[in-house]
Amino acid sequence: MAPVIPPSPSGAAVVTLEHVAKTYPPPGSAPAVTDLSLTIRAGEICVLVGPSGCGKTTTMKMINRLIEPSGGRITIDGEDVAAIPAVELRRRIGYVIQQVGLFPHLTVAENVAVVPRLLRWPEARIRERVEELLDLVRLEPAGYRDRYPAALSGGERQRVGVARALAADPPLMLMDEPFGAVDPILRDRLQNEFLRLQARVRKTIVFVTHDVDEAIKMADRIAILQRGGVLAQYDAPDAILASPASEFVEHFVGADRGLKRLSLARVRDLPLSEPLTASPGADRGELRRRLEAAGADYVLLLDAERRPLGWIGRHELGGDGAVAAEDATPGSPTLQPETTLRDALSTMLGSSVQMGVVVDEREAVLGLVSVDAISEVLRAGAAR
Amino acid sequence: MTPDEPFIRWDWIVTNLDDIGERTWEHVLMTVIAVGIGFAISFALSLLVVRWRRLYAPVIGVSGVLYAIPSLGLFALLIPFTGVTLLTAEVALVSYTLLILVRNIVAGFDGVAPEVVEAARGMGYGPWQLLWRVQLPLALPTIVAGIRIATVTTVGLVAVTALIGQSNLGSLIIQRGIRASFPTAIMVGAVGSVLLGLLADLAFVALQRRLTPWARARGA
Repeated sequence: MAPVIPPSPSGAAVVTLEHVAKTYPPPGSAPAVTDLSLTIRAGEICVLVGPSGCGKTTTMKMINRLIEPSGGRITIDGEDVAAIPAVELRRRIGYVIQQVGLFPHLTVAENVAVVPRLLRWPEARIRERVEELLDLVRLEPAGYRDRYPAALSGGERQRVGVARALAADPPLMLMDEPFGAVDPILRDRLQNEFLRLQARVRKTIVFVTHDVDEAIKMADRIAILQRGGVLAQYDAPDAILASPASEFVEHFVGADRGLKRLSLARVRDLPLSEPLTASPGADRGELRRRLEAAGADYVLLLDAERRPLGWIGRHELGGDGAVAAEDATPGSPTLQPETTLRDALSTMLGSSVQMGVVVDEREAVLGLVSVDAISEVLRAGAAR
Repeated sequence: MTPDEPFIRWDWIVTNLDDIGERTWEHVLMTVIAVGIGFAISFALSLLVVRWRRLYAPVIGVSGVLYAIPSLGLFALLIPFTGVTLLTAEVALVSYTLLILVRNIVAGFDGVAPEVVEAARGMGYGPWQLLWRVQLPLALPTIVAGIRIATVTTVGLVAVTALIGQSNLGSLIIQRGIRASFPTAIMVGAVGSVLLGLLADLAFVALQRRLTPWARARGA
C-alpha cells in the first residue's frame, strides 16, 4: 500500500527569470545566455530544451547559484535568489543530476537523509521521512535502507536520487537530464513513474534535456532555447507542435511534429461515432436496408455482452436468412480510451477497415474512431 | 668473534631483552613522529594543491628532489645547521615522506567522482562540509595507502639514522653489531626492523578495509 503523502506544507514555488544573462570569462566571449525572461508557474514541470550550447544547463544552474548570472534577476516566490546565501538557497531546492551522484560511502538511508541532516532535523523525524520517501519511490525500506549505492541497479540509484532531492520537501526541484544515463526502456518506465509521483507531490520542476521527445512527454510547458540562451518559444507542448514560432523551432521539434502531437492526445479525447451494430441471428435483408439507409458499407457484429465479433461488409450480405457469428471478419483493431492517438493511428492504418473499435475494460464497445477523426485533430488547433 | 662462537647467541638476546625492547620502542617512536609530521605537512600542501592546481608541479618537484637525495648525503647537509641531533634525523625522515604522501592525498581527492562533488554542492554542502564529509572520506582509501607506503619506508630509514648517533634498532646493527663484530646484534636489529615494517603494513591493510565498508558492497 502506498503511503499517503500530505500536501507539501511548503507548496510549490513560482520562479521568475528577468533579463537573465551569463557570459563566461574571458571578457568579450559570446554570451551563454542572453537576456532570458521566463515565468515558471507553481506546480508545473518546465522543460528547458535545445541543442548543445543553448545555455539550458547554465540557465538551470543559475537558479540555485551553482553559476552566478552576469546580469538580470532570478526570484523564487518573489525572493531574489542573490539575496539568499548560496548554501542555504540550495538546501531549499531539490537537485537531481544525470549521473545521480549518490554518495558511495553512505547507505541509501543516509543518502536520502543528507539535506535533512544539513538542516539539523531531529533524528526521529529524519528516520520517519526516509521511510516515507523510500516508499514513495517504491523501494522497500527494509530491503534498501542499509544498502550502499554500489549494490544498486541503475534504476534503483535513480530512484534514490529522486527521493534524496525530495527529502526536505522543497517547493522547487532542478533536474539536469535525470534520465539521460539509463537505457530507453528503463527511461520510459522512470519517466512514467516520475509523472505519477509529480501528480501527487505537485512540485515546481525545472527539467533540462536535449531530447525533444522527453520534453514533450514530461513538460507542462517547454522553453526551447537556441544558441546563446535565446528563448525561441515558451508554451505548452501541444501548442509548440501545432504552431512552431520560428523555423528554428520547427526544425528542432522535427518533421514528424504532427505525429508527436498525436502522442499527446488519447482516444478518450475524441468524439466517438456510433457504429452500425447487429447481433448474430439478425436478418440479412434487414441489415442490407439499414446499411443502405445509413450510407455505410460495414456493420459491426456484437455478441451478447456487446463485445465485437467482427465486421460484415455489404457485399457479404447477399441472400436471405440470418447472419451467424462466423460471417464476421475478426481482427479489426480494438483501442482503449487510454491509447494515444499516435498508437491508434498506427494500428488503424495496419488494418483493412481503417476504423478503430473503442472498447472499455470489459471489452464492450464504446464507439468508433476513424482515421479522418484523428487527422481532424491535427487540423484543429489544440488536441487536448 | 672467535671461531668456536655460534653465529647467533641466544643467551645474549635473552639477557638483553629489555635493551632490545627499548630500541624497538625508540624505533617505533621515531617512525611515528616522522610519518605524523610528514602527514600534517603533506595534508596542508595537498589542500593547497587541490585548491590551486598550479601549485602541483612545484610541490611535487621539490618533494621529488628531497626524495632523491641519498639519506647519508641529506644528514651531512643538515648537520652544519642542526648538529648531530634527533632534529636532524627527523627533518630527513619527514622530507622523505612528503613525495609519497602528497601524491597519494592529491590522487585521493582527484579520485572522488565529479558528479558526487556536484551533487553535494547542489544540495547545499558548504566548502568545509564538502571537504570533511564527502571528499575526505572518499579519498581515505588512497590516503591510507600512501601512509602505509610512507610508514614502511620510514621504518627502514630510521635504522640508517643510527649513523648519526640515534638510538633505535639501527644502533643495534651499527654500534653493537658491525663495530663490535657481533653478528647476533646485527641479526636482532635487522630482523626487528623487518618485523616492524611487516606489522605496520598489515595494520594499515586492516585499517583500510575497516574504513571502506562501502567498497565491499559491490555485488552484495
